[in-house]
Amino acid sequence: MGRLSIFSKAKPTVQRLPSGSLTVDGNGRVLACTVSSACPPETLRQISNRVLQLFLKAREVQIPLAELTLQFGSLQITARELRGGAIIFLKPKA
Amino acid sequence: MDARHKILLVDDDLDLLQMYKELLEQLPSRPEIFTATSGPRGLALLKSEPFRLLICDLRMPKMDGLQVLSIVRRSFPELRTVVLTAAHDEEFRTRAYALGVDLYWLKPDTQQNLQQFLQCIESLLGRDLEGGFRGVQSKSLMDIIQMECLSQSSTLLRITRGSLVGRIWIQAGELTDAETEGARGEPAFRRILEWKSGTFETLAPEVGHERTIFKPVNALLLETAQAIDETSAPPPSASADEEEQMVHPKTVWRLAALTREGADFVIGLPRQPGTDPEGWGTEATQELAGWMKVALEACEELSELLDAGPLARIEGRSLDHRLVLLPESEKTFLIGWPADADPNRLADQSKHLVATWDA
Repeated sequence: MGRLSIFSKAKPTVQRLPSGSLTVDGNGRVLACTVSSACPPETLRQISNRVLQLFLKAREVQIPLAELTLQFGSLQITARELRGGAIIFLKPKA
Repeated sequence: MDARHKILLVDDDLDLLQMYKELLEQLPSRPEIFTATSGPRGLALLKSEPFRLLICDLRMPKMDGLQVLSIVRRSFPELRTVVLTAAHDEEFRTRAYALGVDLYWLKPDTQQNLQQFLQCIESLLGRDLEGGFRGVQSKSLMDIIQMECLSQSSTLLRITRGSLVGRIWIQAGELTDAETEGARGEPAFRRILEWKSGTFETLAPEVGHERTIFKPVNALLLETAQAIDETSAPPPSASADEEEQMVHPKTVWRLAALTREGADFVIGLPRQPGTDPEGWGTEATQELAGWMKVALEACEELSELLDAGPLARIEGRSLDHRLVLLPESEKTFLIGWPADADPNRLADQSKHLVATWDA
C-alpha cells in the first residue's frame, strides 16, 4: 500500500486558519511558535509584520498600545506588546 | 427575453462537474449551467458575464474555494454563493459563512439529500436579485411590517443583512421594540428600515418583552420613509451660514452623546477617499485617523491572506484609553473609552454609540 501511495495524486487541501501563538522580536523575527508547521513561515511573518506595524504606528500618534485584538469573521488575533516585539495569539472561531 | 438564470459550477473533479451540470439543468427554472475546473477559471468566467449563482468546491488545487469566495465577496457582492464540499469540518463551515455564503452543503450521499440540495438551489435562484427581502418577493421591509401590524399579529421579526442582525418586536399589531447593533427602540427601527435587502424570519412572539416604542407604527414608518428620501435626495445648495446652522446642533448633540455614553472621543473616517475625518473630544483627529487607515489596510491584507472573513472590529488598550475601531458601511469609527471601562461591554457600547451617531 505504501508503495502505491507514491503514485497516487496528492489531494488538494484547503488552507487552514493558523492556530496557536508566536513570539516575535521588534524586527518581526519569530522567536517562539506553537502554530502548526503546516502554516507557511511567510504567512506568520506577514501576520507579525502587520501587528508590529500597528503597534509602531500607535506609538507614533502618542497612543502606545499594550494590547490589540483584531476580530475577523472567523479568526481572532490578539497581540501583546513586548518591548518592541509582541506575543501574538491566533484563535480560529469555531 | 431570455430569463434563464446562469449558474457557475467550480470543481476540479470533471466527472462531478458533468454530473451536477446535468442535474442542475433539470431544475424547474431550467438554468443555464457553466462549469470551471479551477478557481481562476471560474473568476474569469464571472467577469465575462452576469451570473446568478456560484456553486464552489472547497478543496481545489492552486486556489482553494475559500480564496475564490473571498474574491467573489469583494468583486461580486450580489452573487449568490453556495459551497458544495466533502469537507466535513466546522472550521470551514464557519469561515465560509463568515465570507457571506448563502449555503454550505456537504456533497450529497443519498438521493434524498441530493433532492434537498436541488430544492435549495432552486429556492436560491428564485430569490429577488433587485432587492427586497427573501421569503416575501419584491416587498420592502416596510411592507412586511405593515402586513404584520395590519393582521394584528404578535411576532418577532429577525432581519439579517450580511453580518448585521436586527430584531423587531410586534405585539398584537403594535410595534413595541427594535434592536440592532447595540441600538434599541426608534433609532434601531430606523436603522433596520434603511436596509434595502436581506433575509427575515418570523419567530415566536416574546411575551412580556419590554416596550420601548410607543409611537404608532404608521407615523414611525412615515417619518423613516421621509428621512430615507431626504438622505437619498441630492443636497440642496445652502449658504455657508445655513450650513453652519445645520452643523452646530448636530455637533452639540454628538458631544452630548459622547458624555452620556461615557466615551472620551469618537473619530469618524469616511470610506470615500479624499474625505476628511471628523473628530469629537480629541485634538488628535488627523493622527488617529492616520492610525485607523493603517489598521484598516493591514487588516484587509490579513483578511485576504488568511481568508479569515471581513474585519468585525479592532480593540486596543493603552495606558489612558481603551480603543474600539468599528468598520461600518460608509464610515469607520474609532471610539476612545476611559482605561477603566469594562472591556466586556465595550464592543456593545461602541456599536450603540455608532448606531445613533449619524441619526
